[in-house]
Amino acid sequence: MTASTHHPGRADTAIRTRRTDRWWLPPLLTFLGLTAFVVYGVVRVFMNKWYWVGEYQYLAPFFSPCVTGGCVPGASHFGQWLPDLGILAPPVVVLPFVLGFRLTCYYYRKAYYRSFWLSPPACAVAEPHGSYTGERRFPLILQNSHRYFFYAAVPVASVLTYDVVIAFHGADGGFGVGLGTLILLVNVVLIWAYTLSCHSCRHIVGGRLTHFSRHPVRYWMWTQVSRMNARHMQLAWASLFSVAFADLYVALVASGAITDLRLFN
Amino acid sequence: MTEIERHAFDVVVIGAGGAGLRAAIEARSRGMRTAVVCKSLFGKAHTVMAEGGIAAAMGNVNPNDGWQVHFRDTMRGGKFLNNWRMAELHAKEAPERVWELETYGALFDRTKDGRISQRNFGGHEYPRLAHVGDRTGLELIRTLQQQIVALQQRDFQEFGDYEAGLRVFGECTVTDLLVESGRVAGAFGYWRESGRFLLFEAPSVVLATGGIGKSYKVTSNSWEYTGDGHALALRAGAALINMEFVQFHPTGMVWPPSVKGILVTESVRGDGGVLRNSEGRRFMFDYIPEVFKEKYADNETEADRWYDDPDHNRRPPELLPRDEVARAINAEVKAGRGSPHGGVFLDIASRLPGEEIQRRLPSMYHQFRELADVDITREPMEVGPTCHYVMGGVEVDPDSAASGVPGLFAAGEVAGGMHGSNRLGGNSLSDLLVFGRRAGMGAASYVESIGQDRPTPVESEVDNAARWALAPFGERGPDGPPENPYTLQMELQQVMNDLVGIIRRSDEMEQALKKLDDLGRRVRNVMVEGHRQYNPGWHLALDLRNMVLVSECVARSALERTESRGGHTRDDFPQMDPEWRHQLLACELEHSESGESRADRMDGVRVLRRPQPAMRPDLLALFELAELTKFYLAEELAEHPSEKG
Amino acid sequence: MGYQAHFRVWRGDADSGALRDFRVEVNEGEVVLDVIHRLQATQCPDLAVRWNCKAGKCGSCSAEINGRPRLMCMTRMSTFAEDETVTVTPMRTFPLVRDLVTDVSYNYAKAREIPSFQPPADLAPGEYRMQQVDVQRSQEFRKCIECFLCQNTCHVVRDHEDNEQAFAGPRYLMRVAELEMHPLDTADRHQDAQTQHGLGFCNITKCCTEVCPEHIKITDNALIPLKERVADRRYDPLARLFRRRKE
Ligand SMILES: Cc1cc2nc3c(=O)[nH]c(=O)nc-3n(C[C@H](O)[C@H](O)[C@H](O)COP(=O)(O)OP(=O)(O)OC[C@H]3O[C@@H](n4cnc5c(N)ncnc54)[C@H](O)[C@@H]3O)c2cc1C
Ligand code: SF4
Ligand code: SF4
Ligand code: FES
Ligand code: FES
Repeated sequence: MTASTHHPGRADTAIRTRRTDRWWLPPLLTFLGLTAFVVYGVVRVFMNKWYWVGEYQYLAPFFSPCVTGGCVPGASHFGQWLPDLGILAPPVVVLPFVLGFRLTCYYYRKAYYRSFWLSPPACAVAEPHGSYTGERRFPLILQNSHRYFFYAAVPVASVLTYDVVIAFHGADGGFGVGLGTLILLVNVVLIWAYTLSCHSCRHIVGGRLTHFSRHPVRYWMWTQVSRMNARHMQLAWASLFSVAFADLYVALVASGAITDLRLFN
Repeated sequence: MTEIERHAFDVVVIGAGGAGLRAAIEARSRGMRTAVVCKSLFGKAHTVMAEGGIAAAMGNVNPNDGWQVHFRDTMRGGKFLNNWRMAELHAKEAPERVWELETYGALFDRTKDGRISQRNFGGHEYPRLAHVGDRTGLELIRTLQQQIVALQQRDFQEFGDYEAGLRVFGECTVTDLLVESGRVAGAFGYWRESGRFLLFEAPSVVLATGGIGKSYKVTSNSWEYTGDGHALALRAGAALINMEFVQFHPTGMVWPPSVKGILVTESVRGDGGVLRNSEGRRFMFDYIPEVFKEKYADNETEADRWYDDPDHNRRPPELLPRDEVARAINAEVKAGRGSPHGGVFLDIASRLPGEEIQRRLPSMYHQFRELADVDITREPMEVGPTCHYVMGGVEVDPDSAASGVPGLFAAGEVAGGMHGSNRLGGNSLSDLLVFGRRAGMGAASYVESIGQDRPTPVESEVDNAARWALAPFGERGPDGPPENPYTLQMELQQVMNDLVGIIRRSDEMEQALKKLDDLGRRVRNVMVEGHRQYNPGWHLALDLRNMVLVSECVARSALERTESRGGHTRDDFPQMDPEWRHQLLACELEHSESGESRADRMDGVRVLRRPQPAMRPDLLALFELAELTKFYLAEELAEHPSEKG
Repeated sequence: MGYQAHFRVWRGDADSGALRDFRVEVNEGEVVLDVIHRLQATQCPDLAVRWNCKAGKCGSCSAEINGRPRLMCMTRMSTFAEDETVTVTPMRTFPLVRDLVTDVSYNYAKAREIPSFQPPADLAPGEYRMQQVDVQRSQEFRKCIECFLCQNTCHVVRDHEDNEQAFAGPRYLMRVAELEMHPLDTADRHQDAQTQHGLGFCNITKCCTEVCPEHIKITDNALIPLKERVADRRYDPLARLFRRRKE
């Protein structure tokens, strides 16, 4: 090691990769998946309707909480403390937090660095950029604020939970369960699982400790979060899909395109 | 002639395994300018492969343990042929050496109260092996490597140069020691990367080159184990002792063929694994020798109880010393009760829950899954004996690790004596630390003692060494048809495996010696292709000379010792003979003064008998007389207290 | 059982080199390293390859097999179809010495830049007490066999040689994390991780984790937690407010 008298000369750098498998497939799928979600999201937000089914109290997750003056009657469970923002649909209030949470999420970072920025597109496949500085400078240094988005994600998930509770609402006003209720329920479970499996959460509940043995409760929480954290990628996708799906379902019911399948009342 | 890079050091340590690194740390800490030279990259020495643990009587798990118990186990395991002073130092100092590793940053597995956890192993009366899962060797080497780096960082702060006091020469092979008027003057070697030569001018050299297993076909050892240190010592004029004792580990992988020999750690048995033959029988109960009957269970129920209640039950016979287990497996296979690929079954799947197996034996799980498609949490493994360790080595002074040649020291597997005729599992890693440190101390005080009176290498000897190293490139005419080093290596491995293997007979060994003689001649005709830059053919050609020389020592000593003991089993002399207990066999190289080339001046190996010094009475008193009478002649026991009355 | 395989192996030195084609016998149960050894023994005795244990324990035999960074001794031939060409090239990130052997001194230089374990001054050897739960995170990182595959694959240096100075690489950032989580280490390492060892270069794209033969979760368990600890100290005013020394 101390001997190296020869000069740096790497071997076999002429081609980008010698991988023979379909290494381009995962980044491509990621690219398509994320793009589809963004397109759907934008369309839905600018649609700015069909997000509230008063009969069963279904609120589309994209529009929760609905706190602007523009919200349809009944959809604002937390008051309307902002005026109608016109073209800016109600989601603009929470969207920055929700999107920020996902954008700075360690998993999504990996996903879009790889699939959108090709840095790198796959392991041992050369990236197309001439220089690279990582997350050391503005704007990427802001990724370090992820924990604040995590703090914000907890109330957001709580609001969605509230939405589910009130969605156990029958046509005649009492208790009721429809397919929509279940979809919202599954969605909120996935959202919670995604939120709690966050790396920042893992750090906050116990990861930052050096001596687990002195903090048995936090250690226990850390092991639970760690267990979920191992599936953070799967949860990220599952919750992304479920939130869009729940939204779509509510939209379809609200617009009258389909009727909710009622299981009980 | 050729250009040679020159370095001057106080101490040159050859070998960067546990022994070498510990020696270097000690020498550096005592102010010596120290070099560590190793054939592979820094941190890759053979010690990384050790799995089970380090034996040290810390008594963390069973407080009844102590150095006396460890000493007794070691002597018993070695069938009382051990150098008792080494065994004593080893047992006494091992705990300190292990604790010291913690101060370097090692993280052993822990007991409930936060101490270092210890596990059971063959031949050890109490749980004694400090471990990290089944990758203890890796932890040991990494810890020492990081301590070397720590010392270098200290030098950097002081002198602005990481290598001011301690330098590692990685991928650098020593081919010769330079001896001047009977004293060590330096070492000669080459960079594997470039093929360029280097000369170390140094008054002291510590050999820590490990073992010789690569001379056998089925072995758990890596390519490094070509017996270089053994051969260097011989050629420098030192003696090797106990070379007939080669340990065959009972459990190596037997299938697939390309991994045959790779070790299956003894911890599998320590943690509950049992051996079965093709009939499903736990055959080890049939092979408990008379001398061990009192300590080992003779039925399954008692054996199984032992794992939970070791104080009131005898141990399962799977945990007999390695030589016993290896012979038993050999016998079962010979009797036709082997597994499909010529081994026996080692079963842990039916003994522990899958999760527990994965937690305790992660690298075994990994190894079988990746290399043999076997899931050890569901199926039994197939195992058979594999050449593992050489008990023999350089004859050294126990306290200073000095060999017979002033300035030459040896520690670790390359040193002989400590383990007698058979090494207990876990006793090697502790040996490395205890005697590595002592060798570093020994070398440092030797260098201090000679002051300015340092021998300098003679230029003509340096030229000789260079010429000798270049011979395979055909700069000297061969005296026969050119030979391929790979072919010769395979032939050698086959000879040693078949004729001087686990069970030995005089006619076979005679035959082996003839073949070795022939191989020795052919090795001189080895020709290699290409140039000197990272040329494995050339490297092997140089290593082969050492392998043949050392193999000859093994075969000659084995032929001479007409009894069976520990790692030496004779079909024609199956009994242990007390007359042999106090006899050691030492190999020396015969030099003829005439002859032009170095090869011509080396005449072959001579085996001499050396009496084993009698054990100090206070140590002898640690044993029950009844036990000693199984090994000793009556007159040797006159000093025993119960004999004196 | 045995068959003839088509191998393409990089041959050459720092100045020039190319892939060479070979037909070579392959037998049941063999790994790529066995086949390379057969090439040495039968066709090109001077083919340079670094190896040692042949059991996945020493981390010497790293190379790229069909473009994937792997250990040759742990890549079974049965993972390839019999008619598949197997291409073996040296690790790309390190300067070539010869054939499949590269100069990995970069890694040793980086190792020296990480300050060593600093034991507590008041504990004598033998007095160390640590709980299993407290050591096991660092123990995972100490499984590292220093094969340098992660260092080789990480795009920060693989694709941008100019970052070599400033970036320690996943293996050595993991070493910082290991010491950081060591229950008895007394040094303060957060700031250095970012300023000296280049943690900020890592964009957590996980290739190190993907190639690690020891299956160490480098990114999830070492790098991200380290980033979080750095955030505690450098980027999070709230955490700084409530900061306490090693809990
Ligand atoms: C698979 C396996 C498992 C084991 N498990 C255990 C266990 O659990 N417990 C235990 O106590 N023991 C165990 N052992 C035994 C133990 O690991 C070895 O005996 C021990 O590591 C030897 O250490 P060493 O320091 O003597 O030499 P090594 O660690 O072998 O180092 C030898 C060094 O010498 C260098 N070298 C050799 N020749 C030259 C030369 N000519 N020039 C320059 N350098 C040279 C090599 O490069 C290397 O650095 C095991 C052995 C094996 C093979
Ligand atoms: S996760 Fe970070 S360190 Fe690992 S390969 Fe990716 S950029 Fe490199
Ligand atoms: S972390 Fe894994 S990939 Fe990196 S050097 Fe260690 S073992 Fe190899
Ligand atoms: S939400 Fe993905 S890491 Fe925090
Ligand atoms: S040779 Fe040791 S890891 Fe492959």
